[in-house]
Amino acid sequence: MKSLNFSRKILAIALLAGVSATASAQLMINGAGATFPYPIYSKWFDEYAKVDPSVRFNYQSIGSGGGQKQILAQTVDFGASDGPMSDANLAKAPGKLLHIPTVAGADVVAYNLSGNPALKFDADAIAGIFLGQIKKWNDPKITVLNPGVTLPDQEIVVVHRSDGSGTTYIWTDYLSKISPEWKTKVGTNTSVNWPTGIGGKGNEGVAGQIKQTPGALGYVELIYAVQNKMPYADVKNSAGDFVKPSPESVTAALATADIPDDFRFSMTNAPGKDAYPIAGATWLLVYQQQKDAAKGKKLVEFLKWAMTDGEKMAKDLQYAPLPDSVQQRVLKRIDEIKM
Amino acid sequence: MEIAIPPAPKVFGAPDDPRPVARAMAPPSRFGDKAFEWLTLAMALAVVLLIILTGWQLWRGSSLAIQKFGFHFLNASTWDPVAEQFGALPFIYGTLVSSLIALFIAVPLSIATAVYLTELAPLWLRQPIVSLIEMLAAIPSVILGLWGIFVMIPWLRDYPFPLLKRLFGWTPFFSGPIYGTSMLAGGIIIAIMILPIITSISREILRSVPDLQREAAYALGATRWEVTRVAVLSYAKKGLFGAVILGLGRALGETMAVTMVIGNTPQIAASLFKPGYTLASVIANEFTEATTDLYLGALFEIGLVLFGVTILVNLIAQLLLKTMTATTSATRAVQ
Repeated sequence: MKSLNFSRKILAIALLAGVSATASAQLMINGAGATFPYPIYSKWFDEYAKVDPSVRFNYQSIGSGGGQKQILAQTVDFGASDGPMSDANLAKAPGKLLHIPTVAGADVVAYNLSGNPALKFDADAIAGIFLGQIKKWNDPKITVLNPGVTLPDQEIVVVHRSDGSGTTYIWTDYLSKISPEWKTKVGTNTSVNWPTGIGGKGNEGVAGQIKQTPGALGYVELIYAVQNKMPYADVKNSAGDFVKPSPESVTAALATADIPDDFRFSMTNAPGKDAYPIAGATWLLVYQQQKDAAKGKKLVEFLKWAMTDGEKMAKDLQYAPLPDSVQQRVLKRIDEIKM
Repeated sequence: MEIAIPPAPKVFGAPDDPRPVARAMAPPSRFGDKAFEWLTLAMALAVVLLIILTGWQLWRGSSLAIQKFGFHFLNASTWDPVAEQFGALPFIYGTLVSSLIALFIAVPLSIATAVYLTELAPLWLRQPIVSLIEMLAAIPSVILGLWGIFVMIPWLRDYPFPLLKRLFGWTPFFSGPIYGTSMLAGGIIIAIMILPIITSISREILRSVPDLQREAAYALGATRWEVTRVAVLSYAKKGLFGAVILGLGRALGETMAVTMVIGNTPQIAASLFKPGYTLASVIANEFTEATTDLYLGALFEIGLVLFGVTILVNLIAQLLLKTMTATTSATRAVQ
């Protein structure tokens, strides 16, 4: 009996060793960071395993802050972030860090009003509501945008994200651009000191609060509003047109946004007739000089695949793909990665 | 059945003595005992070491924030990640108030349940109720939080909260508009989470009250209520207090479910209908996306404060327990 147990143990150890041997034959590329693009990244890694079975990706969606920290500490092969890195953080990097934009997403104004009327908002109305200056649904600043809709004399319950998130970064970035008062009083960040409203945890928390509270208004990612069948508003862009949030209108915003050479850009309030104004991109962070040549080569191959074939999968998941012009610029940048 | 006892021989240990006799043996080795003692000591020390390490790590992580804000961190109430101004007061307030609300609701419920289960319930009913209560403890807190948003909050907002407002609206505690998500909702969800632990510990404690106590009280002609009050509850007072403290410990650190329903607004408001924020919630909410060093340091310091608050509350509780037992024994001596 004893010897049987013993031989079993030996067998188990041998098996384990065998498993780890096959695993190490496969190249493992580690990444960590943003949660917002996690659904599309995991789809990419899944699909890419069929394209190149010799490489495996391990991505931990621990948040943009964690992604930036880990790539700076070089504990991962690539980082991911919903906001571009600050100059202060970039200065800490041991080598040149490249920002590779991958996809973009929209924040939508979702609300809960009886009858689910289709509403329109402009910059003034949104800033007024989130600064706590517009308190009622029948405020003239809202009714003037929505002729034909009778809005109730009801308090607006503002709902915002309580957890730090890229969604909030996009939202506050937009508000800072369109409202000088917001810019000085509150500012742009993944979490801020909110002048008004209640905080819900995560997109699901905010969506839940809005659905459960009559008169509520808040912002969620486009996909959450679509999945939860919540009404969401058209927003007036800087060209003066009301635009419905969709992957197409976000790609339109990307096409007109001013994108500098280092790809650290903000695309909120982008010019252009069809551009949806409250949108943001998400980035992968990789070192220009790769330490491990084998890994670096595989990583570059993957990034090129993501920029071409991968981008085509974005729309199904309600992400906006990069427009062709930006894709070409990013591909050129990927070519600059050295091994 | 009778056991046959062999007749005692005249000389103990004589060759004809049928009883087993300990022959001269080497003195038993004490090594096992010693090794066991050291092993358990090491385990006990590991716990102490773990607490010290946690405290030290939190201190180190928050050093930047401690240097920048000093003691002001504890009494400032602005939390502004953009301007990097951080103060913990609204979070300390929220943690203490939500935990107190939870105790206020959970303690009477749990102890009454425990009394019913040990003293009054018919035997066939006891086990099913105990199992149900233990099942409540097995619900993951994030599930409870989602249930809180979708079921509890709308119900609270439509029925109990307006009633409270009608009855006690004249006090500052139940005034103002009702959104549902609030300090009170946070306290209620914590109460649900600490109910099982307080109930099951209280039940064990009440079960350990010797039956002699009860019998003596009955013999003196006490009614069932008097027996429970005098012979059982006052005998078990110290243990029940301990159960409450364990519940409080859980309440202070409860994170996910509270975060879902408390509204996450760092403010100090008298009205329990207003949203609040707790120490544990702000860490859970903001740690993952904090990018600057000072911001991270401030979140670490929030952790340190929570660590300190928990230790402080436990110390106060132990002091209370000491004075309580001292007075009880004093009254006993007088009687």
